[in-house]
Amino acid sequence: MVVAIGQRVETLEARGIVKRFPGVLANDHVDFDVRAGEIHALLGENGAGKSTLMKILYGLYRPDAGEILVNGAPVRFHSPLDAIRRGIGMVHQHFMLVPTFTVAENVALGLPSSRRVVLDLDRVSARIEELARLYGLHVDPSAEVRQLSVGEQQRVEILKVLYRGASLLILDEPTAVLTPQEVNELFQILRQMVDDGHGIIFISHKLHEVIGLSDRVTVLRDGRVVDTVPTAEATKEGLARLMVGREVLFRVDRPPVEQGDVRLAVEGLWAEGDAGLDALRGVDLEVRAGEILGLAGVSGNGQRELAEVIAGLRRPSRGRVMIDGRDVTGASPARLLDHGLSYIPEERMVDGTVGEFSVEENLILKDHHHPPYAHGIFLNFTRIAEESDRLIKDFDIKTPSRKTLVKSLSGGNIQKLILARELSRNPRVLVAAQPTRGLDVSATEYVHRRLIEQRGKGCAILLISEDLDEILNLADRIAVIYEGEIMGVVEREGVEVETLGLMMAGVRPDAVPAQGKGVVTEEQGDSAPKGNQKT
Amino acid sequence: MIGSVIAGIASSAVRLATPYLYAAIGETIGQLSGVLNLGVDGIMLMGAYVAFFIVLRTGSLSLGLISAAGIGAVLGLLMAFISVTLKAEQGISGIGLYIFGLGLSTLLFGMTVGHVQTIDGFPDLVIPGLSAIPVIGDIFFHHNILVYVAFALVPIAWFVLNRTPFGLKVRAAGQKPEAADSLGVNVERIRYMTVILGGTLSGVAGASLSIALLNTFQQNLTNGMGFIAVALVYFGGWRTSGVLLGALLFSTVNAIQVWLQVKGVNVPSDFALMMPYVVTILVLTAMAKRRVNTPAALNKPFERGES
Repeated sequence: MVVAIGQRVETLEARGIVKRFPGVLANDHVDFDVRAGEIHALLGENGAGKSTLMKILYGLYRPDAGEILVNGAPVRFHSPLDAIRRGIGMVHQHFMLVPTFTVAENVALGLPSSRRVVLDLDRVSARIEELARLYGLHVDPSAEVRQLSVGEQQRVEILKVLYRGASLLILDEPTAVLTPQEVNELFQILRQMVDDGHGIIFISHKLHEVIGLSDRVTVLRDGRVVDTVPTAEATKEGLARLMVGREVLFRVDRPPVEQGDVRLAVEGLWAEGDAGLDALRGVDLEVRAGEILGLAGVSGNGQRELAEVIAGLRRPSRGRVMIDGRDVTGASPARLLDHGLSYIPEERMVDGTVGEFSVEENLILKDHHHPPYAHGIFLNFTRIAEESDRLIKDFDIKTPSRKTLVKSLSGGNIQKLILARELSRNPRVLVAAQPTRGLDVSATEYVHRRLIEQRGKGCAILLISEDLDEILNLADRIAVIYEGEIMGVVEREGVEVETLGLMMAGVRPDAVPAQGKGVVTEEQGDSAPKGNQKT
Repeated sequence: MIGSVIAGIASSAVRLATPYLYAAIGETIGQLSGVLNLGVDGIMLMGAYVAFFIVLRTGSLSLGLISAAGIGAVLGLLMAFISVTLKAEQGISGIGLYIFGLGLSTLLFGMTVGHVQTIDGFPDLVIPGLSAIPVIGDIFFHHNILVYVAFALVPIAWFVLNRTPFGLKVRAAGQKPEAADSLGVNVERIRYMTVILGGTLSGVAGASLSIALLNTFQQNLTNGMGFIAVALVYFGGWRTSGVLLGALLFSTVNAIQVWLQVKGVNVPSDFALMMPYVVTILVLTAMAKRRVNTPAALNKPFERGES
């Protein structure tokens, strides 16, 4: 075939890689190697240097020191093209696909055409179908990428890499956006590729995936290799200790809590997304005091729009939002704050904080206009300083001072700041959207503890997360959203992951009782935590 | 009688569409790669002046045309350097380029020519056979070479953008540059190429005014045509066929306006002159809702590893 431009990789080795960014030593003399026919997992917290190392191996960054060897011979990569020519391919965490292009166009992009100056998409499509059959990567070459599901898009990414004849694949957190079923399919594909003689680097911070899939594991921490071990000898606890540098508790303790009245109710909610299409199509949900309702679903199924409607940031086209039985549909965010709503937005830098403001300014954003922070029309700087210092200490925000600009803090500390601001208001209702996205194990643990603590205080929490493990760990009940509709609401206890996975893929199994669809009524008192009856 | 009036207006509409086509096709290619060049009008003015001056002094139309293309390419290179390499705000640097082109062409015209003169521009090239077709022949096949080339450019640009590996790279650079980059496409080089090409075509657009349609030069000869060309790109939804449609709509309104004035129809001349612009605003407003093809990375400098 005309297209295989990459050479065959038997071994890929990185020796003594050093990469500095301003103020950070991202890679500190890292040694790493991968062979044909194995899956080598690279494990590490955020900021451990995994992505930096991979970008160096793929020619996107140049190392400050150290060397890369392909099949034992030193190589120098000046751009991804050099890596591609050497047979290395990368599937990025954030897909590198042009959404308006077809699958074939995405695959052909950047490659010479067999017809020189005229595109040969028909031949590209034929070859794609050939590869697809070989590895079970089924996708229509003439489909536009933006119309594909996330799992299909990932297949396109893998096809792109295979098409270029890569025999060594780097997969950067490939499971982050997939449903459990899609993860299984992906793993099957990867195993088949390894049997076929490909080498794979698998980056993840999900321990069970690493253990279930890989042959060897290398753990990175603070830019250094902590250890490389055969997976057969590794345990989840042991890897976690290597990764974090201390013991990690996987199960959050969820003490029983007396559940109270319905605090937050959403009834028949419809809303448009940014593209003007219906993102929410008749959502019904209710959350009680002392309860965490987990909203599971694959990204982009209306979660963001739902959070924004509840937080007063997006107008619904139909339906109602009620807090404590009062209709707050279309109320301004300011009024919602007065109703005791706190909101942890998905985009912590965009919607959650003002990067150019200091820590203390961000802490008082929502309450700056009344005591203790304000005195008449003036700000009370003494009290602001006192309160800020107290919150920084209570919420363990690692910042040089309260005057530091928020944009210079790490993601975990910014999230702690948001938690400090939102939780110190003693909310009656909390909407937490992807509260641990992009956070490492330690920061995630912290956020989870705080959410459970709020639940203990009787707050009604709507936890929106794409991380099914997180929902299973925290939620009392689980609702699954798919294309703007609730596929069902189930009790956490005794639910099967497979069932949830099916629901996330849009299957509304009759076996799964559709609970929580009932409209809130006065009769549904404190005792019944869920409403089966439809009114 | 009414038939010949319509044919006359149509013929003049085809002619008047020429500068818009060159400029807007060039701008389309640049925008599809992610660069908004608002300096089109300035480049057109420089192209018009240079072509006019060269023809005035040497009498060589082809030398005038090549010079206009050359100055367009140089100004395109300047725009590319400012917006791609220096990553300056594209809208602002484009306006800067416009003012630069307006000022410099006025200054040079004042220094080297001084007063309005006319030259012999490209003669009409009557296509044998085709021109004999009743009505159609008069409308389409009695024009100068630059008019034909402008219309030929539409399918050529479509083909390059949609049927060649280069076109794929251009569109990828404007939709998702990091995807192109990750596949080894040099995004900055692609953008340099498209902006220089756009500048070249803008230079030719200017030349088509000064040495083919109007055969003269004066201060601010284009009278904002370059901005209309940018608007046509939006109007056309970044499609060459859409740009063609927009250019023809606009030039038809213009041709009607000219005809009304020539015939002395009792319409205030200010109002007649306003017509094309009013139509532009109305049409753009009507189109505002359906901007589906907008290059996602338009106006955004590319920097590796930011996402």
